[in-house]
Amino acid sequence: METLSFEFPAGQPPKGRALVGCVGSGDLEVLLEPGTAGTLTIQVQTSVNGAQQRWQHLFERIFQEQTPPALKIDIHDFGATPGVVRLRLEQGFEEIGHD
Amino acid sequence: MTDLLTKHSFVELGARQRAKALLDVGTYRELIDPFQRVMSPWLSRQGVVPQADDGVVIAKGSIAGLPVVVAAIEGNFQGGSLGEVGGAKIAGALELAGEDNRNGIPTRAVLLLETGGVRLQEANLGLAAIADIHAAIVDLRQYQPVIGVVAGSVGCFGGMSIAAGLCSYLVVTREARLGLNGPQVIEQEAGLEEYDSRDRPFIWSLTGGEQRFNSGLADRYVADDVVQIQQTVSALLQQGAPEQPRSRRADFYLARLAELDTAAQIEPATVSALYQGERP
Repeated sequence: METLSFEFPAGQPPKGRALVGCVGSGDLEVLLEPGTAGTLTIQVQTSVNGAQQRWQHLFERIFQEQTPPALKIDIHDFGATPGVVRLRLEQGFEEIGHD
Repeated sequence: MTDLLTKHSFVELGARQRAKALLDVGTYRELIDPFQRVMSPWLSRQGVVPQADDGVVIAKGSIAGLPVVVAAIEGNFQGGSLGEVGGAKIAGALELAGEDNRNGIPTRAVLLLETGGVRLQEANLGLAAIADIHAAIVDLRQYQPVIGVVAGSVGCFGGMSIAAGLCSYLVVTREARLGLNGPQVIEQEAGLEEYDSRDRPFIWSLTGGEQRFNSGLADRYVADDVVQIQQTVSALLQQGAPEQPRSRRADFYLARLAELDTAAQIEPATVSALYQGERP
């Protein structure tokens, strides 16, 4: 198991918070909460060791398309593939938008 | 086919969605929610990723206007196993419901059980928590019904199968399984010839929801359908506590078991015939 930290430039914090997913096989849990304006912080606790670069690339690819809101994101990962991680993050962003 | 399209599966819902589906619309209020991050302190230090709610959702609200606390176990996280935190959440919720009743608030309880029992990584702490859950069910059920629901697909095993047995009423689906030991444990002890854990029809024929209902060990047998399960739980809550809980009828079951010939391999029909006498 590894704990990784990431930081990205961001916009304004949203009002709401959201929880999506589950720490089940091939899945992950994402907790999204309002952060400090201008910064998106992500902490990942993952069962798969040595995957720091993969997480970094995945986040870069997602956030370069659109500036994300200022969030504090906690991820508890149980071996999710990059595709599942992306889907869960997008689901989380959408749920925060609904609040 | 139209049935399939209009039906909403309960089994496919996560613990939080299940609790929401049972409570009256707009009354759901979660206690110790995942953002409070009351997590297992033991999993991380053993290299296991924890979950923010430790796999247990406690929600207060109402069903048919009656005050209810729901405890839902997430079967997808660590097989629904109960450790120190998740176990304490359920025990605490039930104990507070008992307190409510002593203070004139008729809080009932619904337990959504998808669990392999104690979480091995937390050993005695999980076992102690499960013992607290048992005591709290026995306390609460003297005032109000405590309803257990085993929907599947994990089933309900270990110490939590005893919790299911202590409930005032137990609701099961065809997907459900209920047993003290899981199939692999029994296979390991009894041998492959007597109990093949990979033989799914065989396993369900002995421990599945339909068999448990036919044997009088469950009170309602329902389809995997959100509306049907919600209505069944609601009707049982309104019915009030039974005159005598099943677990107080140990003498009846012991007498029946004494009649059983254990030399022959047990058949599902033998079990249901043995216990059927008391089904009204």
